[in-house]
Amino acid sequence: MPLSAPPPASGERYLLSASLDNARHLSSLLRAVHFQDHATCFATASGLRVTVEDAKCIQANAFIQAEIFQEFSVQEESVMFRINLSVLLDCLTIFGTSSLPGTSTALRMCYRGYGYPLMLFLEEGRVVTVCKINTQEPEELLDFDFCSTKVVNKIILQSEGLREAFAELDMTSEVLQITMSPDKPYFRLSTFGNAGSAHLDYPRDSDLMEAFHCNQTQTNRYKISLLKPSTKALALSCKVSIRTDAQGFLSLQYMIRNEDGQICFVEYYCCPDENITEAEL
Amino acid sequence: MRFRAKIVDLACLNHFSRIINTIAKLTKTCILRLTVCKLYFILSDKIANGGASMWCELSQGNFFDEFQMEGVAAEHNEIYLELVPENLSRALKTAHSAKAVKIKLTNKHCPCLRVAVELPSLSSSSRIVTHDIPVGVIPRRMWNDFREPSVPDFDVSIYLPVLKTMKSVVERMKNLSNFIVIEANLSGEMNLKIETDLVSVTTHFKDLGNPPWASEDGCQSFAQGRDLESMAEACIDIKKLQQLLAGQQVNPTKALCNIVRKRIVHFILLHEEVSLQYFIPAIA
Repeated sequence: MPLSAPPPASGERYLLSASLDNARHLSSLLRAVHFQDHATCFATASGLRVTVEDAKCIQANAFIQAEIFQEFSVQEESVMFRINLSVLLDCLTIFGTSSLPGTSTALRMCYRGYGYPLMLFLEEGRVVTVCKINTQEPEELLDFDFCSTKVVNKIILQSEGLREAFAELDMTSEVLQITMSPDKPYFRLSTFGNAGSAHLDYPRDSDLMEAFHCNQTQTNRYKISLLKPSTKALALSCKVSIRTDAQGFLSLQYMIRNEDGQICFVEYYCCPDENITEAEL
Repeated sequence: MRFRAKIVDLACLNHFSRIINTIAKLTKTCILRLTVCKLYFILSDKIANGGASMWCELSQGNFFDEFQMEGVAAEHNEIYLELVPENLSRALKTAHSAKAVKIKLTNKHCPCLRVAVELPSLSSSSRIVTHDIPVGVIPRRMWNDFREPSVPDFDVSIYLPVLKTMKSVVERMKNLSNFIVIEANLSGEMNLKIETDLVSVTTHFKDLGNPPWASEDGCQSFAQGRDLESMAEACIDIKKLQQLLAGQQVNPTKALCNIVRKRIVHFILLHEEVSLQYFIPAIA
């Protein structure tokens, strides 16, 4: 049951206006990309994309397509603003995070335009919370220029196979090394920590492997501290696609099913760690 | 001065532990006042604790199977002790399957409350775990500092919303701001508001109901002649409110608050055998 938000003064319409019966459809996805305080929201008629970046090396995007919402309307071609993601999440989860069966928080989101705050109307039971979150000038986002034609290696795994591995990554290692190859070891995750090195191999004929398209042997290292937050997206997802391009840029795409069985995506892009020489590999 | 008491019933013991846990969440130190019939946990606003004060009262007969108290003197048959409730809470944590708990005031090297927990054991002799909790004896001349606070001359009295909802909202708001505004009116409406440079959040509760206090002469109802829609508000330290709500492990039978605009918010939480009053002053 969508909440009725007051129309803006002077008859103008909201640039972005959306309703969601269950705010968790949005908050759980945003949590999967919440590793920095600030995020850029980008809305078009297709839906909402929320982007978080760090260190100019890693970018995470959460996509919530328009069909997930009960109502989703964008008045211009696109709407973009920067917002404090920690604050946004605290507001979206104002009535708590535990999901009691049968109860959910209804959400209405409105944005008037440049310089205006994002308005949230949340209702649970008969209690209504109104939030006004200040927005900022959007900053330029990284463009990883990752398209399917440039992909060298790609595998699709069932997430349950990777969850434990990622949760138990040796964080004393500075890097996570990913090897993908048409030959053994096919797909290998390696860390080099204080206690020693650890290798985790996934054979290409494993039950967990849904697709295996590796054309070239590639070994790349990524700063583990940057990739660790992707564990949140992995925990929510049922499948993950892992792709690399010729430069070693990594794309992780997570397919997430929400409480109503609808599919959403979260993706992480990461630059390879520059501080290694060919000799070390 | 003598005090010894014993709890044998497990339900009474758990209930007593829950009360101590609630007190421990509210304050680091407090006064325990013992009389023939009641126990009081008191926090005076005179002590430096952000100005909040507390008065918690329980009838000893509802908890203790044995209760013997001899005060400082015949005409002043009471004992006032200063203690750290967290110590008592920790001692009682070991008692969740106890056969009996005995509490005794001792003075071997310094005044202590000795809590002896008798635990079930496979052998014929029981296991006893003893905790000595240091206490300070408050002299008679200071007892006036710890009198029961009077109900303030409030502008609005209103029942609190479902504590679980209020707790979730206040916990989130605590991430966003150090202060929270509580406002309510005599039409059963309450708002919780925070506002900072980054964000403002207001939660609206309706149909809460207003307790039927009588006016001073007892004839008229409190609400008569007052503007029912007008809100009384007070801005308070959000951490104090969050501590009060976090400490409520069981839903009270009655929960209400009295607001004196811009001065103080007085919370009253009533359970079957215990009443808790908590005063949070408004920030200037």
